[in-house]
Amino acid sequence: MLNRLFVPALVVGFALVTTAPLLIAAAPFEATMGLVQKIFYFHFPAWMVMFLATAVCGLASAHYLVTRSPAADHTAVAAAELAIVFGLIGLTTGPLWGRKAWGVYWQWDARLTSALVLWLIFVAHSLLRRFGGPGSERLAAGVALFGMANVPFVYWSVNLWRTVHPKASVVRTLDPSMRPALYWSLVGFLVMFAALMAARMRLEALRASIDEAYLSAEDL
Amino acid sequence: MQATQPAAPPRPAAQDEFVPISQLPQTEQVPAAPLLIGAYAIVWIVLAVYLWTLWRRFARAEQDLKTLASRLPPAR
Repeated sequence: MLNRLFVPALVVGFALVTTAPLLIAAAPFEATMGLVQKIFYFHFPAWMVMFLATAVCGLASAHYLVTRSPAADHTAVAAAELAIVFGLIGLTTGPLWGRKAWGVYWQWDARLTSALVLWLIFVAHSLLRRFGGPGSERLAAGVALFGMANVPFVYWSVNLWRTVHPKASVVRTLDPSMRPALYWSLVGFLVMFAALMAARMRLEALRASIDEAYLSAEDL
Repeated sequence: MQATQPAAPPRPAAQDEFVPISQLPQTEQVPAAPLLIGAYAIVWIVLAVYLWTLWRRFARAEQDLKTLASRLPPAR
């Protein structure tokens, strides 16, 4: 039932994420935050994959609004769901880091609040598709475009406003000894995203064909 | 002429004397390892739960296909 790419990609993705702690353990400690900074090696990839999912969802939604292509709609639904999954990882691992680094789990500052709002937009998208009934596809596509437009504000919020969150430049200026762990983890998350995306799109296409077949069966 | 400040007495080593403090330093208050392990566990739990829900939805879709096939008239 699943397409041929799903299982190998899932195995590779899981293997990469499973072995990532070996590289993370080998990476040096950060001077001020120490051990807890190592949460960064899966917190950052989770958010990058979340941003990628929002971009895929937004672009597929735009394509759907123009062409009404069912495949674009299936892509948007799958990507929105994965944006929620990877966003949830980012939103739960971040506060664990914050508890040690800032002394509190959560701060209502620009980065954390805008990231939460972005995640809630995609939760709203999925709820709309789940319970919106006929015609909710176009409305959900509009919500997805709005969500995608929010991503640059979330990403640059740390540079635009005063926040407790580390700035975006920490990745660009990352010490070479810390990079292998980050890239390994990032590739693992990306492969996992590709595998889950393939499976979720397949499920959406299958559901659509079942709905069509039910309607045809009723006409018989 | 400036008065010279008396030098602070050296802090006794912990082996010689226990020095009480009113609050733990920040680094001592929250251990980092449980937070790090917890964060990694969250990654696995979220992905595993999502995979499980995906698997269940595929199983339901297969069941729907079977129900649909039983409703259709047999092909001649």
